[in-house]
Amino acid sequence: MKARHIVPVRIYVGVFAALIVLAALTTGLAYVHMGIWNTVAALTIAIAKMLLVALFFMHMRYDKGLTRVVIIASLMWLAILIVFTASDEFTRHWSPIPSNWGPAISMQQKQ
Amino acid sequence: MPEIATNDHPGILEPHFESLEAQHDARKMGMWVFLATEVMFFGGLLTAYTLYRGLYFSGFAQGSHLLEVKWGALNTGVLILSSLTMALAVRSAQVGKSKLVTIGFLGITMLLGAMFLAIKFVLEWHHDYVEHLVPGISFGYAGPHAAHVQLFFCFYFFLTGLHALHLIIGIGILLVLSVMAWRGRFSSQYYSSLEVAGLYWHFVDIIWIFLFPLLYLIGGRS
Repeated sequence: MKARHIVPVRIYVGVFAALIVLAALTTGLAYVHMGIWNTVAALTIAIAKMLLVALFFMHMRYDKGLTRVVIIASLMWLAILIVFTASDEFTRHWSPIPSNWGPAISMQQKQ
Repeated sequence: MPEIATNDHPGILEPHFESLEAQHDARKMGMWVFLATEVMFFGGLLTAYTLYRGLYFSGFAQGSHLLEVKWGALNTGVLILSSLTMALAVRSAQVGKSKLVTIGFLGITMLLGAMFLAIKFVLEWHHDYVEHLVPGISFGYAGPHAAHVQLFFCFYFFLTGLHALHLIIGIGILLVLSVMAWRGRFSSQYYSSLEVAGLYWHFVDIIWIFLFPLLYLIGGRS
């Protein structure tokens, strides 16, 4: 049998330390008022932490291509779900509903 | 039981796999596909959350500020530590350490998981209940944007509840694995159950990594 990759303990401990530092950073940054950048910073740090956990704790770094395809596909689906929904909802006011649409709808309801 | 001529690893290699390596990879792939469905499971709630947070930002920020950052941050640390001990549990089997080492790491991981749940339920949910912040059961917040604050708490309880449920299931899985380890089922040749449970545990950790800033840190704190 082919030998599997064994991750050294110091890498696990190093990743753990990095995760704790990032958790402290995200908490600390919340007390600095940056408006919309608070959200951007928090999500960037969360994504960095996700990558650390997936690459090292979940061994994605040492895995074959097929595993990566599944992971990336799942994130793509999530992105489609969120981006398409948000792009619909948050752009509706860009094109105001013409005022003469109102009566047409109420006529439809009478029928 | 009839012996299968080509099976070099009786008892641990299923007959439909050609090698332990192939069996290990197939099991891992199965868990990854399950986790992909889990991403979508949480994804529906997270999409709804994104939408309403965008529409009612002030209400969501106010709701978020009613949560205690210290408990959320502490729980983040507890779960990250549990991920480390989980990874070490898998590794201990991988390098062929004594089963007591594996059981020890699994035990610490379960304790940290239970500690997370204790903080969540006893210190946070109970406090929310006392403060009348539980929609549908006891909601009495009367400040501005009260309806939107209530919506925020709906998301808070659904997201953290679903996450806690995953953690409870994870602790159950680790309990079963500890018994299996005690019976000497794992070796450096055969540890895929541990590896696969580890993937699940780390996934639950990743969910919390996102829930913490999304629920506790909306619009910054002061």
